[in-house]
Amino acid sequence: MTELNLFIQNQGLALLGPQWWPLVWTLVWTLIKIILLITPVMILVSYYTLAERKVIGYMQVRYGPNRAGFWGILQPFADAIKLFCKETLIPQGAKRAVFFLAPALTLVPALLMWAVIPFSPELILADINVGILYVLAISSIGVYGVLMSGWSSNSRFAFLGSMRSAGQMISYEVSLGFTLVPVILLSGSLSLKDIVEAQREVWHVIPLLPMFVIYFISGVAETNRSPFDLPEAEAELVAGYFTDYSGMSFGLFFLGEYANMILISFLGSLLFLGGWMPPIGLLSFIPGIIWLALKAGFLMFVFLWIRATFPRYRYDQLMRLGWKVFLPISLTWVFLTAVGLHLFGKV
Amino acid sequence: MMVVDVIFYAFAAVTALAAIGVVSSRNQVHSVLLLILTFFSTAALFVLLEAEFLAALLVMVYMGAVAVLFLFVVMMLDMELNELKEQAINHLPLGLAVGGVILLEFVVVLSHSHALPAAASSIPNTLAIGRSLYTQHLYPFELASLILLVALVGAVVLTLRERKSGAKRQNISQQIARSRSEAVELVHRKPGEGA
Repeated sequence: MTELNLFIQNQGLALLGPQWWPLVWTLVWTLIKIILLITPVMILVSYYTLAERKVIGYMQVRYGPNRAGFWGILQPFADAIKLFCKETLIPQGAKRAVFFLAPALTLVPALLMWAVIPFSPELILADINVGILYVLAISSIGVYGVLMSGWSSNSRFAFLGSMRSAGQMISYEVSLGFTLVPVILLSGSLSLKDIVEAQREVWHVIPLLPMFVIYFISGVAETNRSPFDLPEAEAELVAGYFTDYSGMSFGLFFLGEYANMILISFLGSLLFLGGWMPPIGLLSFIPGIIWLALKAGFLMFVFLWIRATFPRYRYDQLMRLGWKVFLPISLTWVFLTAVGLHLFGKV
Repeated sequence: MMVVDVIFYAFAAVTALAAIGVVSSRNQVHSVLLLILTFFSTAALFVLLEAEFLAALLVMVYMGAVAVLFLFVVMMLDMELNELKEQAINHLPLGLAVGGVILLEFVVVLSHSHALPAAASSIPNTLAIGRSLYTQHLYPFELASLILLVALVGAVVLTLRERKSGAKRQNISQQIARSRSEAVELVHRKPGEGA
């Protein structure tokens, strides 16, 4: 490995000279790291769609996709090929630039957030000291894809859907943000790595169980998933903000939504379920990354379980739940956590 | 040339061009979108200055909240551009006055500024900002939060309206408190008798 590295360095220096080579090498190396992170995420996303159809299929006593490959294993590729081959339609009167920017602006933030997710103490692309704030900040950009797609489609269904969904995403972002404050207080750090390390004794889910529940429900609402999938309430709004999208531009919305769901699961297991820590010390021979994958996998399963179980919320009920139930509870819990830390002398 | 330099010039160029686009764009929604791009690339410049906390706050507060409201309002309005153009001349003196004051402030600040000291690397900037806010600037900080609270209450009062009597409303706790005995009545009828 070191020999290969040395060979590349020497060849590069000979080719580009000492002035340009470090610049080019930094950019290329960063790009390689990004690809190594994004590729597994995209594979996970495509198989998550298959898992969703299978899990919900079995919950509804049917098989789910089972034609493409053994046990439907090639279904994601079949779907991808179908989406790629479809014609991309542009509605009359659509604002073209914004129309095509919107799906990209949904997917890109969903992928950007993965940069700070630590998979183990060493395996992390960008170990920045405000990791959790970075995730919150980037996730707040996601709403623009929704707003822009609804406006640029020049269609009432899409516009109504995007207004609803933007309102929903902003509302639940507030309570989602407040559930993270007690976690930060208990860990005394904004770095995701330090937050996991702070759970060596007790996982945060034990003192902060109500916060974990609110975090997860807000996460479901934030990703526009059932039972909060109002923006795409097909019975009333056709398909909400992406009514007029087809082919791969629709596919990007789809990928963004699933990447966000997986991210919420990983973040939940890092913040509340101890990340790569085993539940009891005896089991520490199993590598930490497997523990993290198991915990995130469980949360990802809960996403599907919820979708197969609950009917859709009405819009006013959704807003009421966010502002009048979750927000007061999480604000109170922030206060209680701070008081508790003060009384028991940790601060 | 350093990598950081390349990144700085790229983001600085995007910031400047987007800012020009905000005022020159003919479509109001495009203006707001370019404003958002300006916020974002400014946040990137903050990151280059190693002020990650400020960058995250800028993105969260301005992009995540303020600009979304702008976009909501502008998208809902159906503005006629020609009408606006005719009225633009009336607002020219005010606009020039405000712009002049801002320009003057910039000149005064920039001509009196000396090279800023390098950021102290021993403590993270989140901690430094927190300490400064809660010790040195405690009273202005509390005053600002009080003003925000007043604005918050004011907004609620302005939008609160009493519903006309007779309007139906859902009372969730009442619904949940209902028991089976109140809601369901079992009636036995012989066939052919009717209800």
